Amino acid sequence: MFKRIAFSVNGKAFNFEVDIRESLLEMLRNRLGYTGTKKGCGVGECGACSVLIDGVPFDSCIYLAVWADGKEITTIEGVASKSGELSEVQKAFVDEGAVQCGFCTPGLVLTTTALAGSGKEYTQDELKRELSGHLCRCTGYQSILKAAEKSLEGHICTCVDSPHYKQQHERNEG
Amino acid sequence: MYDIIGYCEAETVSEATALLAQNPNLRLIAGGTDVLIKMHGGQIEAVELLSLRKIKSLAEIRKAEDGTVVIGAMATFTKVFNDPILREVIPILTEAAISMGGPQIRNIATIGGNVCNGATSADSASSLFALNAQLKLVSQQSERLVPIREFYLGPGRVALKPGEILTEIHISPADYQGFGGQYIKFAMREAMDIATLAVSVVCKLHGKTFEEVRIGLGVAGPTPLRCLEAEVYAPGKDVSVESVAEIGKLAVNSAKARTSWRASKDYREHLVEELVQRALKTAIVNAGGEQLV
Repeated sequence: MFKRIAFSVNGKAFNFEVDIRESLLEMLRNRLGYTGTKKGCGVGECGACSVLIDGVPFDSCIYLAVWADGKEITTIEGVASKSGELSEVQKAFVDEGAVQCGFCTPGLVLTTTALAGSGKEYTQDELKRELSGHLCRCTGYQSILKAAEKSLEGHICTCVDSPHYKQQHERNEG
Repeated sequence: MYDIIGYCEAETVSEATALLAQNPNLRLIAGGTDVLIKMHGGQIEAVELLSLRKIKSLAEIRKAEDGTVVIGAMATFTKVFNDPILREVIPILTEAAISMGGPQIRNIATIGGNVCNGATSADSASSLFALNAQLKLVSQQSERLVPIREFYLGPGRVALKPGEILTEIHISPADYQGFGGQYIKFAMREAMDIATLAVSVVCKLHGKTFEEVRIGLGVAGPTPLRCLEAEVYAPGKDVSVESVAEIGKLAVNSAKARTSWRASKDYREHLVEELVQRALKTAIVNAGGEQLV
């Protein structure tokens, strides 16, 4: 069974029939060639397949292609400028050496891009929480966190607005 | 490719119930973070899906005139966590929401799906149990409100009748006004983990005594459950370390913990006794009481 959908990827408009069984990940990789979107666990745990849908990070492996109807999708291919200049987030990842094998990097760069674009302030605990949907088996996360902090420079705050963080904080202190 | 043999989507609840009445084989899909995973694992096959994703009205969270908090079944965990009304009146639910999965999962997983999946480990469940949540179930012919305690029938089994859709979760003012609460998820990691035990406690004080205590537990039995023996004991007792300890002990009697690879029965029972006390101590402070030392 097929269903016609209209959507855009990195600003480019598409309009065609998708198989109702397809995930967004399969459509992006196999049909459109956006292979920067990686397939990891396939069950929404590792975050390698993350893309931005209307600016919000989602795991594309557990997002049906038909749901993309009317959506604006951003993959890692759409982060750098058309002339090939890296975005500030990408530069921060390079500067901090936050990339080893590179498999988790597209997802992490996209989520960090969404955070940087949100205009919101984040505490360091919140930043960790916002990146917790991405597994990296190489770096030990320190350089990734540094890169994310660099990307959000001026938007890292020390406010604690949620009792959850207070609890976490107290536990860490204690 | 997922093993999907049919797909339709509704834009209104009445459209959805009509489709469901026509074809009882349709499987509802909301965020898909349970349904698609089960398909991936081969637990469900050859599925005909009815997507609720286009029913925008089901994602709303509001406070009705009488103070009843109404949470649309399609509200995502991210939305629940960020909702100013819920944060103010029932923070034990927003804290439960933020403890679930990771950001990408919370951006799509819905609270209604979490409940209808029927798992004892559902992160929203212990808080919804403690809050006496009522579930609005709508079919083409009827509409009914079911207390959440009657909704969970067994592991993965809920009281949805054929043709019914969970549309709203109601929490009445009598169940949250004047209460203080605390939610504790005990897991091996701070994110992307399933609870070893979840505890949600609300309490209301009358001077230096308990007026009411309600305790919801997740992963302490085949379904989420309430600690009724402890709850019956509490009213009228002095707020003291001793009474809190007794409530912790009595809570274990209601638990039906078992040994799984995550934890042994004994360990889970230990967690029930200890975490109920810790949660209650914080809940007392949140209800305006003095800190117990």
